[in-house]
Amino acid sequence: MTTRMFGEPIARREDPRLVSGDGRYLDDLGAEAVAAAFVRSPHAHARVVDIDVSGALDVDGLVAVYTYEDLTGRVAEPLPLLIPHPALHAPRTAYPLARDVVRHVGEPVAMVVATDRYLAEDAAERIVVSYETLPPVVGLAAARAADDVAAHLVQEVGDARAAIEAAPNRLHLELEIERSASMPMEGRGVYARWDDADRSLRVYTSTQTSTSVRFALAAKLDVPVDRVEVVTPDVGGGFGVKIVHPWPEEVLVPWAAMRLGRPVKWTEDRREHFVSSAHERGQLHTVEVGFDDEGRLLGLDVDFLHDNGAYTPYGIIVPVITATQLLGPYKPGAYRVEFRSLYTNTVQVTPYRGAGRPQGVFVMERTMDAIAAHLGLDRTVVRERNFIQPDEMPYDHGLIFQDGRPLEYDSGDYPALLEKLKKLVGWDEFAEYREQARAEGRRVGIGLACYVEGTGVGPYEGAHIRVETSGKVVVSTGLTTQGQGHETVFAQITAAELGVPIEAVTVITGDTRRFKYAVGTFASRAAVMSGNAVALAARKVRAKALRIAGEALEVDASDLEVADGVVSVSGSPTAQIPLSTVAVLSNPLRYAFDAETQRATQFAVGGGMDRPPIDEDDEPGLEATDYYSPMRSTFAAGMHAAVVETDPETADIRILRYCVVHDCGRLINPRIVEGQIHGGVAQGVGGALYERIVYDENGQLLNASYMDFLMPYASEVPKIETDHLETPSPLNPLGIKGAGEAGVIPGAAVLASAIEDAEGIVIRKMPISPSELWSLRS
Amino acid sequence: MSDHEVRLTVNGVPHTVRVPARRLLSDCLRHDLRLTGTHVGCEHGVCGACTVLVDGKPMRSCLLFAVTVDGASITTVEGCRAPDGGLGPVQQAFWDCHGLQCGFCTPGFITTITAFLQENPAPTEEEAREAIGGNLCRCTGYQNIVASVLRAAELMRSAPPPDPPPSDPVDHELSFGVDGVSRDELHDQPSPGAGSRS
Repeated sequence: MTTRMFGEPIARREDPRLVSGDGRYLDDLGAEAVAAAFVRSPHAHARVVDIDVSGALDVDGLVAVYTYEDLTGRVAEPLPLLIPHPALHAPRTAYPLARDVVRHVGEPVAMVVATDRYLAEDAAERIVVSYETLPPVVGLAAARAADDVAAHLVQEVGDARAAIEAAPNRLHLELEIERSASMPMEGRGVYARWDDADRSLRVYTSTQTSTSVRFALAAKLDVPVDRVEVVTPDVGGGFGVKIVHPWPEEVLVPWAAMRLGRPVKWTEDRREHFVSSAHERGQLHTVEVGFDDEGRLLGLDVDFLHDNGAYTPYGIIVPVITATQLLGPYKPGAYRVEFRSLYTNTVQVTPYRGAGRPQGVFVMERTMDAIAAHLGLDRTVVRERNFIQPDEMPYDHGLIFQDGRPLEYDSGDYPALLEKLKKLVGWDEFAEYREQARAEGRRVGIGLACYVEGTGVGPYEGAHIRVETSGKVVVSTGLTTQGQGHETVFAQITAAELGVPIEAVTVITGDTRRFKYAVGTFASRAAVMSGNAVALAARKVRAKALRIAGEALEVDASDLEVADGVVSVSGSPTAQIPLSTVAVLSNPLRYAFDAETQRATQFAVGGGMDRPPIDEDDEPGLEATDYYSPMRSTFAAGMHAAVVETDPETADIRILRYCVVHDCGRLINPRIVEGQIHGGVAQGVGGALYERIVYDENGQLLNASYMDFLMPYASEVPKIETDHLETPSPLNPLGIKGAGEAGVIPGAAVLASAIEDAEGIVIRKMPISPSELWSLRS
Repeated sequence: MSDHEVRLTVNGVPHTVRVPARRLLSDCLRHDLRLTGTHVGCEHGVCGACTVLVDGKPMRSCLLFAVTVDGASITTVEGCRAPDGGLGPVQQAFWDCHGLQCGFCTPGFITTITAFLQENPAPTEEEAREAIGGNLCRCTGYQNIVASVLRAAELMRSAPPPDPPPSDPVDHELSFGVDGVSRDELHDQPSPGAGSRS
């Protein structure tokens, strides 16, 4: 029997390569390539008056210098608006190299190509750009005054304002979340080779979407799509930032490779990543809420400002997600949400893991805590009273989600999750512990936060599975991998569905040579989307294998089963045929290429003469492609609780315990899911207590290094205790929901709740540092 | 800019390279010796991804010029394998414990932990956490890296590593220049058991 594969916590198949130094990340490729470097704007807002490149020309090894004036064809046009939205009335995207005006520090102004990165940077340093500075807009307060609005959107269900007006209890809250950023350990990078004889382009890029980069580059560079290949090598983390595409550099490097007729590579350095990729999170919320004496929501009115930075290539996905996912597991009564997305002279804002949800959850959970405090109720009780109940599923909020489809929850059991969380953290016993600690002069507090996360957004993913005549199984799917373990989980699904040993399965992701149609890896969608596509493709291959084997064994296909790569007659183990032989038989041959394939040649095969070797509705090869395209997203959920201790003197904040309960439907590999949660929690803790992007009023990024942007080390991340609930999704064949972003989402909310509980001070703004807490105390 | 001759023994193999004075050790290892297992995450010594062992001590190769370690013996992640070319104990522990996700920071952890376990072969969990306290990982939340340290210690105790592999007596002449050298000329030590990219 094939070992049960789906649901097993097996060790990852990509790891031996990665732990040995045999990974191949972008900068590990292209040793023969010339190197690009960029001259970037030192000003947040300025007119480019003149670019003097003469000083660079005598640098040894210089190959080329490009400014906007040199750009040709569609490369000279603004970068694409990836996700238009009717409410995004004033979209703005950058030119690959600044044309006349720069709108943030770090915007590329000139590109230098030299034989070596050191020399390219030497040349870049010698390029003199004259600017006429313009007044910058930095931060949400300034943005509100400047009123440069990219988008304005209102969604309303019921008459929220009237409901609040009529409610027996009302609260007003102002809440703020500061900027942070994805900060993968590997920055961006692009390496391009143009084959002039073949008229074809190969681009390697550290992206979350190779297929979309391919289409974008073919359009930009005016090369037929079938002459462009985009390959994503090993990627050193993405967390959202690498879903943006094509980056200026992602267009310019292939463009230069075509012009120069030689391979060109650019590897982003850390400072470049801070000032020229993307940030997220910064929002200001105003909440009006009305509720009854039991704490039940009657009306919720949220008005918020979203800082979208200098450009909006990714549309308004982040604030749209905030506006919808804010609701979490609750019934809001009447709901009205309005946001303005505002331009500032800072790095553009695009999704970072959680993508607008951490802000929304922070807002809703702060509101829940405020209601509990107002009514003198336990915080879990207020939440329980507002939960959507399992028997109310599917639950339609009456709003439009980020995929343009209804915000309709497919399944979930929020009361059960809360029960698990209370038990895991010991909620009911905490009051006693807090009193005891207080008696000892210690300040401890407990907090909780709940979230619902729409995962597995469409439109689709696909997979191709081929059983080779060796019996090896090759699975190709178009989306990319940045550490999620796709080589393992997609192999597990294939092994389980097809009935083959996992050792026989190889998984290929993110390579347009192998699979051309895909969307990308973001929004906790890979397992749901490609996972189901892999399952569907495997089922097709299995059905075909049974049909061919049935003919060979002269039995009905329904009497056959597949296990360990062998098709056999149920209950008659001697009548069997290995899948490798089925693969041979699936492809009628004129020419054999080894002893095994001689069995499929024209004088070897039997069969009737009344039909052709390949039936009309059949294809050669034991392989199949299938796609999974859902009606709408599937909604995962979870709840976190944290226990913190704050230092009465220094206001230092220490997390004593961090508990997670999580429901992402059926688990393909619990170990990988748990790892995803751990990593998310670390980013949530970072976002709550340490990380923030700090601009001064001139738009200079003050902490553009790992020394100053404080990502957590091992010493800052608490031990994470987890528990799972499995509520399968009814929307997809495997019953799974996404897990990638979950861990990060309630971080700021749960820690604000716990700090508030420890201190008795209202927390309305995150992240919070010890000095900020100290200030709040006085 | 004149080049300097630098002699390095990397993973037991002696090399002579000609590099400019400003060539970082990380770039020298990655781009001149083509040992790309050492990764560069920040280039300012904070993240630890580029950590290699210089005469047995963990150091940030992005903060060292290659010329400053002339004559040194260097161990990179590629050199943390078992003598038979299989996974070394720290590498095996990372695999066993799901101690990595994207794998970009992993080489720096593996070299750091290798050095740490030489000093402290039986760490407590607290000590294990402390040992990795200077390396950044953005994927794992460190839970399973702490577990990997403890697991590696256990593996090393149960099967103490034999002597290091004998040094390759051939001295590889390499030059760094604008024209570069072809990969084949430079690829002087195909790593045993090198993984196949599927």
